Amino acid sequence: MAAYALGRILALVPVLFGLSLIVFLIMALIPGDPALAILGPYATPENVARINRDLGLDRSLPVQYLSWLGNVLSGDLGRSYSLNRPVLDEVAERFSATLILAGTALLLASVLGLLAGIVSAVRQFGLADKLVTLAVLVGISLPSFWLGLLLILLFAVRWRLLPASGMYAIYGGGDLADLLRHLVLPAVTLAIVAAGVIARLTRSAMLEVLRQDFVRTARAKGLGEGRVILGHALRAAMVGVIPVIGIQAGFVLGGAVYIETVFQWPGIGRMLVDAIAKRDVLLVQGGVLVVATCYVLFNLAADLLQRLLDPRIAP
Amino acid sequence: MTGAAAFLRRLLRNRLAAAGLILLVLVVLLAAAAPLLPLADPDATAPVRRLAPPFSEGAWLGTDTLGRDILSRLIWGTRLSLAVGISASLLAALLGSVVGLVAGYAGGRTDALLMRGIDTLMAFPYLLLALAIVAALGPGLLNALYAVVAVNIPFFARNVRGAAAGLRNREFVDAARLSGMGGLRILLSEVLPNVMPVIVITLSTTIGWMILETAGLSFLGLGSQPPQADLGSMLGEGRRALINAPHVTAVPGVMVFLIVMSMNLVGDGVRDAIDPRLRSGLPARPSAATRVARATASVPGAAVPAGAAPGEPASGALLAVSDLRTAFEGPSGPVDAVKGVSFHVMPGECLGIIGESGSGKSVTALSIARLVASPPGVVRGGTVRFNGADLLALPAGPLQRLRGGRIAYVFQDPLTTLHPLMRVGAQVTEAIRAHAPVPAAEAGRRTIELFAAVKLPDPASMAQAFPHELSGGQRQRVSIAMALANDPDLIIADEPTTALDVTVQAEILDLLDALRRSRRLAMIFISHDFGVIARICDRVAVMHRGEIVETGEARQILARPRHPYTRRLIAAVPVLGRAREILRASERAEELP
Repeated sequence: MAAYALGRILALVPVLFGLSLIVFLIMALIPGDPALAILGPYATPENVARINRDLGLDRSLPVQYLSWLGNVLSGDLGRSYSLNRPVLDEVAERFSATLILAGTALLLASVLGLLAGIVSAVRQFGLADKLVTLAVLVGISLPSFWLGLLLILLFAVRWRLLPASGMYAIYGGGDLADLLRHLVLPAVTLAIVAAGVIARLTRSAMLEVLRQDFVRTARAKGLGEGRVILGHALRAAMVGVIPVIGIQAGFVLGGAVYIETVFQWPGIGRMLVDAIAKRDVLLVQGGVLVVATCYVLFNLAADLLQRLLDPRIAP
Repeated sequence: MTGAAAFLRRLLRNRLAAAGLILLVLVVLLAAAAPLLPLADPDATAPVRRLAPPFSEGAWLGTDTLGRDILSRLIWGTRLSLAVGISASLLAALLGSVVGLVAGYAGGRTDALLMRGIDTLMAFPYLLLALAIVAALGPGLLNALYAVVAVNIPFFARNVRGAAAGLRNREFVDAARLSGMGGLRILLSEVLPNVMPVIVITLSTTIGWMILETAGLSFLGLGSQPPQADLGSMLGEGRRALINAPHVTAVPGVMVFLIVMSMNLVGDGVRDAIDPRLRSGLPARPSAATRVARATASVPGAAVPAGAAPGEPASGALLAVSDLRTAFEGPSGPVDAVKGVSFHVMPGECLGIIGESGSGKSVTALSIARLVASPPGVVRGGTVRFNGADLLALPAGPLQRLRGGRIAYVFQDPLTTLHPLMRVGAQVTEAIRAHAPVPAAEAGRRTIELFAAVKLPDPASMAQAFPHELSGGQRQRVSIAMALANDPDLIIADEPTTALDVTVQAEILDLLDALRRSRRLAMIFISHDFGVIARICDRVAVMHRGEIVETGEARQILARPRHPYTRRLIAAVPVLGRAREILRASERAEELP
């Protein structure tokens, strides 16, 4: 296991390197002069030259990349001109809000998806199976940004059950209960699509496994049907489901951009959309880099978990 | 184009896919006809009649925040969304397929380099990369299109590369290469047509996503810019009037939903129609016990009437099977695999059932504890009496207690019949605890004793191993230990040595024989090998095409086989210096009906 983990971690090095290169290149190749964007009406030739020197834009691309990478590795993501604060501080603050939202959504999606998938497989062709299949179809076809608006309209405006926006109430909030109340609608909206994908895959993985010889062995030793399905079949099916949950983490992190916009959640997705509108290059760069790196690490965790479940995977 | 016609027929036979296709065609027609329809100018503002509700005069679907006609904007917006989404899909399919084809066909360093790049693109959370690209290029519909294309290229590249790599060394590609065709021509004329299904499947399953993502970028204000509006930006603009005029967002929302859903339905249908193997997960799952549908139901639990089965001893038998019929449901009705088989096993006796594969011997063995996969399996007649009770009439609970309790199985290939992800010790411990309320530690100790009894070396550490870490012989010893776990009265061994090497085979046979004698077990031993059966069985039943054709003492049948099929089976046993005889026997066998 240790050797496997080490191998996986080493394999991440080129991926992270490529990732940083892409992030850097996308931002470096932006048409137009960042100095002009920063200076606006104060863009005299002298000022532009000074800014370019300050930002290191007068040097060659490889040199720029290496110095940027050096700064990134030492924790310096630059300074956001639109917010006038270090990018890292802003990103850390915003990303923690996103992690709360996306983490809850992924957990919800996994639980819902697994349950629905198992029920659907066990009751194959039955009413429950048909309902799940229909729900999955609707779930993966609904635009989450519209679903969010619908839920706001119903639960926040019409029934006044839950808050429609933000992370905490402006007055008198701030505790965990307040956070949870604010979390319900966005987390559910964000979870729907991922739950559908996970349910669909769990169903087919379960049906595949239930036909295998070792399930017959489990029955032949006199195990009850519940134990056969949850103890034996699900255990084998999970090996195929876990990588999909890993991939869904990426879709949830991305989908969070919509949900944060709809529900005014102070996360990194909304920060990125705002930063793009203000052309705050360093902020976009830093945000994308941090989120992508976390996603890569999350997938590493999914890999390791899969290896724990399936000892047959070679190191 | 019979292939295309057959494909279309398969697609339309799928009712959901057909419904999706009809819906999609309607939407596309509506969008295409936009310039011909008598619609209001989608961009003409009318501040006096802002946010008119649906079914207003002159505005069926009402007006938006600037008083513009929503119906007109919906149809023009649909047109734009479809155009952008479909172009993005085709572009992603084209570029991704080129990368995949080149990587898969070239192999080597080109492949490694291209795929490393694709992996890096996939290391980004999907939408985030699109955002970064829009950030670089600036907001705008065309830039949103590029972003969506870029993030979808990897899906096509990966799938196509896999298919192309599989084709690279196939004979027809080699033939084309030897005939002097250039790389590009081989790619286009030999490889591309064969990876086309993969491209179509990927396209049909991702196009819904791409429509959704372009709408999403517009919703965020990063796609289409006013006054031009696609469905996404209509939703984004309508948000401001969400509370007072929900219809402004509902109308484009429903349209996006309908488009994406119809595309998903068609996509699933296309995938199933192109590659029926992908549906392999769909056959009905086997239920806990084989279905029993006997024409003349026997009285459950009744004692065996004297002389029930002709030629069988009526009393004293541990197991008495009479007139067992097991069939498999097929598309054209049930097909009998076991056609009225009767036999019995006395306590402590070993009965061999022999026959070639497909003779129905395994189905017979599995029918006893109703372990034949069902559907498609179904027991259509007969009785299976164990200690007098008819197993075919037993409810689920008692049947479950019997399985692994009084009747235990040893199956053919322990690599597939043991759970691959559970430690072998835990699998045996579980069998013990399923039948007796034993504490875990105690069951663990008994497992190690059982492992010692089946002569596994170092039983305590062996219990911690996974099946794939053991040899074939060791795995089968684990299976035998599992069968012995609850001191059964009857062990049914279904070709337990077939998957093993000859020397290991002999060891396992000796072990089974010794265990059976020391524990006074009855055993049904199933094999296609007369040599194996003769070695450990008292009596033999010979099965051929679902029927028992001959039965009797093992030695007697070996010495004087009556049925020609039995003679053929005996002749198939390899004995040194008997090659000539076997040859003659097989010549005779060919004269059989």
